[in-house]
Amino acid sequence: MKRRDFLTMAGVGACACAAAGAGVVTLDFLQPKVLFEPPTRFVAGTALEFPEGTVRFDREHRAYVIGASGGVYAMTAVCTHLGCITRFLSDENVIACPCHGSRFDLEGNVVHGPAPRPLPWIEIKPDGAGNLVVDTASLVPAGTIVRV
Amino acid sequence: MKAPTASGVSAWIRDTSVYRSIVRHGVADTNLNRALVVMENLFLHVHPIKVRAKTLLTKHTYWLGGITLACTAILYATGILLMFYYHPSVPQAYRDMKELQFVVDDGLFLRNLHRWGAHLMVFAAFAHMLRVFYHRAYRPPRQFNWVVGVVLLLATLLLSYTGYLLPWDQLAFWGVSVGTNMVRAAPWIGEPFRFLLLGGHVVSENALLRFYVLHCVVLPVTLILLVSVHIWRVRKDGGVQGPPEPSAPLREEELP
Repeated sequence: MKRRDFLTMAGVGACACAAAGAGVVTLDFLQPKVLFEPPTRFVAGTALEFPEGTVRFDREHRAYVIGASGGVYAMTAVCTHLGCITRFLSDENVIACPCHGSRFDLEGNVVHGPAPRPLPWIEIKPDGAGNLVVDTASLVPAGTIVRV
Repeated sequence: MKAPTASGVSAWIRDTSVYRSIVRHGVADTNLNRALVVMENLFLHVHPIKVRAKTLLTKHTYWLGGITLACTAILYATGILLMFYYHPSVPQAYRDMKELQFVVDDGLFLRNLHRWGAHLMVFAAFAHMLRVFYHRAYRPPRQFNWVVGVVLLLATLLLSYTGYLLPWDQLAFWGVSVGTNMVRAAPWIGEPFRFLLLGGHVVSENALLRFYVLHCVVLPVTLILLVSVHIWRVRKDGGVQGPPEPSAPLREEELP
């Protein structure tokens, strides 16, 4: 190999390594370490606060905590269509999305489109001190009612 | 199999259809095509088609303008990255600066690169100005570019100064308090100009936002436009001028 070729390749190689390293470091830099979002786990209250028929909407954590016969379950309030936040309409006993008109029953099943899937149920369990703790990041199969 | 050589690889790249669709006049094998490569490219066209060997000598320019320009590029790149984490509001600005220093990956490195790059840019711009002065490169036909250069120096200093407030620490606050009080000394316009600059009578949240906009939008855009004119004028005025040629020794009848 000629000296000129060697120096060219060494130079181009060094530049390529530096560019690749800068790219990796930049990607790393762009990953935020602190998120200004509400935590996914929150305390919903004591089991006594949710007699059968209670529907409590938690605006900050975007979730419903619902009292059923003999237990409590929790459901996300984020519409499965395009992510708007649904509302519970107590006079119609239905959960409705203001963006595109999707409607769900209190078990999350789609009553009216365009939502493609039922509202996912999320984990709720007692913490041992009498409180119910909801984790919006943890999905559970529909029908998972916590007996209290 | 023969080991690929650098010239072999670059010849292969220049033969690909993607490269040929960008550089439409073929391989730069003739003087005409070499000129076309430079002239038909937005980024290269400020470059001279041919460079005199002596202008590449270190003592010709000491690379001072180039160092200033490289600092500018580093400052734009690091500055844009820092903007991803910085809110120009009170007291979030100080917290963001601390977050960059202690939490964000490589945040301390980028912040220091931005800071030291700014110091080097001011130093290199001054040294470049002195070099031009002592090489008599401010004389016609380059007198217009000297003026552009002076405005660029002013823009560089203003960029440094507006960036000074952004960490929102004690040094920044009092530095800008003192600096903007100097503005008051200007007859008639001093007081109203300071009011406009700070968006109030004291250094406050308005001042932080105004300095942020100046630092991140107004001055960088001005700088890029003026740098473009500056480099374009260097080409139009006949390239960089190095040290003046030594004058011929006086003939005997010219001696005093």
